[in-house]
Amino acid sequence: MTVKYTEDHEWLKSEGDVYVIGVSAHAAEQLGDVVFVELPEVGKTFAKGDEMAVVESVKAASDVYAPISGDVVEVNNAIVDEPAKVNEDPQGAAWFVKIKPSNPAEIDALMDEGAYKDFAGNS
Amino acid sequence: MNNQGRPTGAGEATASNVKTFTGNKALQIEEALSFEIGSFEQTGVDLPEPASNANRLGGLDRKSDIGLPGLSEPETMRHFVRLSQKNYAIDMGPFPLGSCTMKHNPRLNEKMARLPGFGDLHPLAPESAVQGALELIDTLAFWLKELTGMPAVAMSPKAGAHGELCGMMAIKAALEARGEAGKRKRVLAPESAHGTNPATAVQCGFTVENIPADKTGRVDLEALKAKLGDDIAGIMVTNPNTCGLFERDIRAIADAVHEAGGYFYCDGANFNAIAGKVRPGDLGVDAMHINLHKTFSTPHGGGGPGSGPTVLSEALAPFAPVPYVICEDGKYSLVETRRAAKAEGESVESLGRLTAFHGQMGMFVRALSYMMSHGKDGVRQASEDAVLNANYVLARLKTEMTPAFEGHCMHEALFDDRFLKDTGVETIDFAKAMIDEGYHPMTMYFPLVVHGAMLIEPTESESKRELDLFCGAMLSLAKRAKAGEADAFKAAPVYAPRRRLDETAAARHPVLRWTPAQKAEAAE
Repeated sequence: MTVKYTEDHEWLKSEGDVYVIGVSAHAAEQLGDVVFVELPEVGKTFAKGDEMAVVESVKAASDVYAPISGDVVEVNNAIVDEPAKVNEDPQGAAWFVKIKPSNPAEIDALMDEGAYKDFAGNS
Repeated sequence: MNNQGRPTGAGEATASNVKTFTGNKALQIEEALSFEIGSFEQTGVDLPEPASNANRLGGLDRKSDIGLPGLSEPETMRHFVRLSQKNYAIDMGPFPLGSCTMKHNPRLNEKMARLPGFGDLHPLAPESAVQGALELIDTLAFWLKELTGMPAVAMSPKAGAHGELCGMMAIKAALEARGEAGKRKRVLAPESAHGTNPATAVQCGFTVENIPADKTGRVDLEALKAKLGDDIAGIMVTNPNTCGLFERDIRAIADAVHEAGGYFYCDGANFNAIAGKVRPGDLGVDAMHINLHKTFSTPHGGGGPGSGPTVLSEALAPFAPVPYVICEDGKYSLVETRRAAKAEGESVESLGRLTAFHGQMGMFVRALSYMMSHGKDGVRQASEDAVLNANYVLARLKTEMTPAFEGHCMHEALFDDRFLKDTGVETIDFAKAMIDEGYHPMTMYFPLVVHGAMLIEPTESESKRELDLFCGAMLSLAKRAKAGEADAFKAAPVYAPRRRLDETAAARHPVLRWTPAQKAEAAE
């Protein structure tokens, strides 16, 4: 399954009937050393674009927005305990949440790898 | 004839790496924590043994040592003086922190604040004994209202963010009085806002949404209008904004918000750019805090407490907090309770009390001293000079650095990090190198809307000579960065008492509390 991206630098990819979500390698690099991560509670419902998580680096605090609408089914507490993981493996082990989408059609509107690279390169 | 054979010329040695026994570098003294200098058994004062009274603590008396550091008076003096010498202060050099207005604190202010009638006040003294102090609060309140064109001012807020809280609570109280507090929940603030703006709104139970900026760095009026509706509580906008730009559409913004039934909170942090020139009341502002510790020259940034009197519009005035000063037949008194405030006016529904007493009295004295010594024309000129100085810095630095937006600025100049592209030097490295040049770095990485932001606010206090020296240092750093000296930047600061600190480790594994175990460790 291909990875999709948002303009707010989140990525997502499917895993069975849920979607794994995190922040892009580009975003992690821009943030610098991440020192704090706050994740939502399992069971919480978000609409696309809602503030879903918070990530703080030595430079800035940023909101992570829900790239799609749905319910949180799992969160990655390992990155709360060790925020450094977000810098080490942002698009792998340092995923943020898994969401069960309520409107899978939203995913089609997101950018693919190539489009995101162009977007991030210009931003 | 001098027969002592003492050489009187300079020696040859270059001693930058000489290790000293003490770890001191001449007058730069290594200072340990007071816990590490003193011992728990020692004390600086002799107190008589107390008469043994019956213990009435009911078994709650302390079982272990209290563990306070014991230092003699000379040790205590030296400790704090040495620490103070490591501090950087506006009395030592320029403090170019953007959005902070680190201006000179005139000595006259200090002289006035130390007059016994002001310096030795007690907040519970009877009103009859402190008529002069109450008159001073009332006079300062008058001039704050005059300069802002607003009908009311709450004097008690203790700092900028506290003033924001006061203003937003007044907005909430007004919405409650209208019976609309339940439906008007949204507050809009630009992405470039001070972090305290959204924090205050959330604290008051509102949700916060971004106001998009246009490409000139200002509020996008049409995008703002699209977000307004009957669920809007208000907006929070700084003018000039944190990009150092005047919001030209401010009147149209205020009108649109009022038309939608919301209120306009203006963050007064940047009032130093417009004091004496523009009255926020004329711009349609409903509430604005005034940082006395910025615009009106009272010390801050470690030098003294803030003070954030908050002016309120006609619509919000009935909800002003208590206490406030009134004058009847030449006699000043304090309105201390909501009931007393209500008795003053039919429609008054004071939001209550924000502080135990009347506000930062010492800062009121200093701020009024500043106003009185400058006069209305002087306050206006200070604003003009502040804007002129910032534009001078902008004009000189743009030969090597990249301004974030085109055109003139107001009281602060904002640069991004495009000029550092591909040099390997980042904003933080640039800031650290400034320390070696003897400057407190500018505000960096803020506002968040500008990449690698460097925000410089020189204020009116700096002379042309001082600005030229500062610009010279900045331009030389920019040239060195472009010339490929990245390694030197990464190593900076080299002359500071401490080299580059590990910010990541400090944030991830902060040591917030000293324990005796650390003393043992340090001794080894």
